[in-house]
Amino acid sequence: MKKILAVVLVLVMALGLVACGGGSSDDDAATKSEGVMTHEEYVAAELDTEVVVETYVQAKQSWWEDKATLYTQDQDGAYFIYDAACSQELYDELVPGTKIKVTGYKGEWAGEVEIMDATIEVVEGGDTFIAEAIDATAMLGTDELIAHQNEFVSFTDLTIAPSVDPEGNEVAFLYNWDGSGQDGNDLYFNVTVGDATYQFLVESYLCDNTTDVYAAVKALEIGQVIDAEGFLYWYEGVNPHITAITVK
Amino acid sequence: MMKLKKFTAVTLVLVLLCTTLLTGCHGNRGMDAFEIPEEFDTSRNYEITFWAKNDTNKTQTAIYEKAIADFQKLYPNITVNLRLYTDYGRIYNDVITNISTNTTPNVCITYPDHIATYLTGTNSVIPLDEIMIDEAYGLGGSEVKFDAPTKDEIIPKFLDECMLNGKYYALPYMRSTEALYINKDFVEKLGYEVPDVVTWDFIWEVSDKAAEMDAEGNFLLNGQKVMIPFIYKSTDNMMIQMLKQKDAGYSTESGEILIFNDTTEELLFNIAEHVKKGAFSTFKISSYPANFLNAGQCVFAVDSTAGATWMGTYAPLSDIAEDKFTVFETEVRMIPQFDPENPKMISQGPSVCVFNKEDPQEVLASWLFTQYLLTNDVQIAYSQTEGYAPVTSKAQESDLYADYLARAGQDNNLYYDVKLEATKLILDNVDNTFVTPVFNGSASLRDASGQMIENVTKSINRKQTVDDEYMRNLFDDMTSLYRLNQISGQGNAASGGKDSLGPLPVTSVVLLGTLVCVWVGIGLYTGSQALKKKKMSGK
Repeated sequence: MKKILAVVLVLVMALGLVACGGGSSDDDAATKSEGVMTHEEYVAAELDTEVVVETYVQAKQSWWEDKATLYTQDQDGAYFIYDAACSQELYDELVPGTKIKVTGYKGEWAGEVEIMDATIEVVEGGDTFIAEAIDATAMLGTDELIAHQNEFVSFTDLTIAPSVDPEGNEVAFLYNWDGSGQDGNDLYFNVTVGDATYQFLVESYLCDNTTDVYAAVKALEIGQVIDAEGFLYWYEGVNPHITAITVK
Repeated sequence: MMKLKKFTAVTLVLVLLCTTLLTGCHGNRGMDAFEIPEEFDTSRNYEITFWAKNDTNKTQTAIYEKAIADFQKLYPNITVNLRLYTDYGRIYNDVITNISTNTTPNVCITYPDHIATYLTGTNSVIPLDEIMIDEAYGLGGSEVKFDAPTKDEIIPKFLDECMLNGKYYALPYMRSTEALYINKDFVEKLGYEVPDVVTWDFIWEVSDKAAEMDAEGNFLLNGQKVMIPFIYKSTDNMMIQMLKQKDAGYSTESGEILIFNDTTEELLFNIAEHVKKGAFSTFKISSYPANFLNAGQCVFAVDSTAGATWMGTYAPLSDIAEDKFTVFETEVRMIPQFDPENPKMISQGPSVCVFNKEDPQEVLASWLFTQYLLTNDVQIAYSQTEGYAPVTSKAQESDLYADYLARAGQDNNLYYDVKLEATKLILDNVDNTFVTPVFNGSASLRDASGQMIENVTKSINRKQTVDDEYMRNLFDDMTSLYRLNQISGQGNAASGGKDSLGPLPVTSVVLLGTLVCVWVGIGLYTGSQALKKKKMSGK
């Protein structure tokens, strides 16, 4: 009897673990309403055409003059929502995981594909979904990476490379891309993987100077090895918005 | 008996006081007007905040920091805390938020359009007319510890731009205009020569030609998949300048909205035609003009002269990878004109205002720092960071500045030729510059003017119909979105008082009326009770 119980428990746990794979969600997470595009259809859509997607809020970047900028993702891929019409009340409702319907136009700005001029509505009774980070380290510098644009990703074993501050000193990070900023502005830092160096940043509207990641980046030292997580944003090339780092 | 009388009197005084305070709440009565202290009290320490904007340029940050350090050496009792912004809009928003709580900065880089809104808080911004000419602490005054310019040494046209409703509410800090940055090689490849003054007809003709593609979708001009022949950074400025050049309506000085007119419609239809041909886009829709220009994906880019260090093959600042740069000759011209004999271009650039505080000594300390920003040291150094013109003749006519201008092209950094060409453009055209009227709401009108170009461009890209009905709807949408029907003709914000605040909302009237009634009721009850007791005790 004990053996049977043990086997049943192991099976239940194993099933539970399998169900967790690919993000936490309800069973019907991939269900799309009628008239809503799949991620594949969204990717295939021409720029400047109307798109309608159902997706899940992963993080909120900013709310400004009744416009919201959001990082969203479903089980198949990500959608960056730029300056969508959004009241403060609705913005407050948009906690991570919330299922939303977005109607807008597909646009591209400096390489970043996004949904602009959009309206948002919360899908009533919708399930929730929080994406798990996929490891994009091996894809850095490859053509494969852009297929994951705006997704929540992780990077492992990055070495902090020097940046040069306005006085010509080698430092681990800069306020703004050229060191022209101050505490509260975006933090830029360089990392190397193999022979290649990439510039990452902590986007201050997404993670301001009260967040753990902001403090962690300020404490970085050249040569340290880190793991990082964030959203695979694009600006004239890959430009990840980092939300967490772990110093090894 | 005496105690009761006292109690009644105190109660009545409190009632009156509360009534007065409560009925006076509307719109934040603000502070008393600033009066210049007879003497600056150097026995006290002052801590002032300076909100500044930089163009994401580390040299500018360094200059602000040096200016503060140098100023603090002269005035060790004044500490200046710098807060940097990269966006005028964010400064504006934060100031508005802080006016209601009297937590504005002391000194702030800003635009006159924004000051017009700041002035809805009573006495929130200091009028500078008197303090500018104060013998002791005014510009170049006897008690000022540095070599400041006099009022007469500020370029009059720039100073006048800071006047709202007959008073100076700011000092100019830097001035720029917009410039047309041209890939000369592309223009010549298309069979044209770059004229001294580029007309709108020329720019559209060349841009249409530059948009031609082969059967595979490659642009004939650059062989790439990407080409935006003509890209404009600030569509607000584009519309404003086109209207000015056409002598068409924008607004009256007092704030009457005139922008929704036939000329605006005609301009938008014309832009739409060229968008259809793939000849035009905007910063908001595509990206920074410099990125396309430098990558050989653009023929004409309009951006501020204060963006010149990003323009051209050898630009010292860039956002694109080195391997994306192409080699070409960059020409700098004034923005396209409808009448080349009578050119018109916008005057822009930061001004600096001083916010009022309860302590006049603190305001005086703020004013001294503001004045320091106009010294030659700061003016020349900051103007060299971009295509800016110093705002004082004292700086412009100095040997140091003349030497700087003479060194154009000696390197691709401080003496970067494109930057110096852009600087000369503003210096040579001060008389051809203009500003738009400033009133409470003028910032919204400015936004609407650019948004119309953005909307038309996006609509064409989205294959939507842009016709007469579209224009009517567009005008209605802009009026509603930017609340232009609530602005029209309401007058200059600097007039202050009732006009600028507008009538009280009905809910406020009801609330205040109720409060007054309650307090009056309490007063009457207290008075009657006292009278009763007096009568009782008289028996």
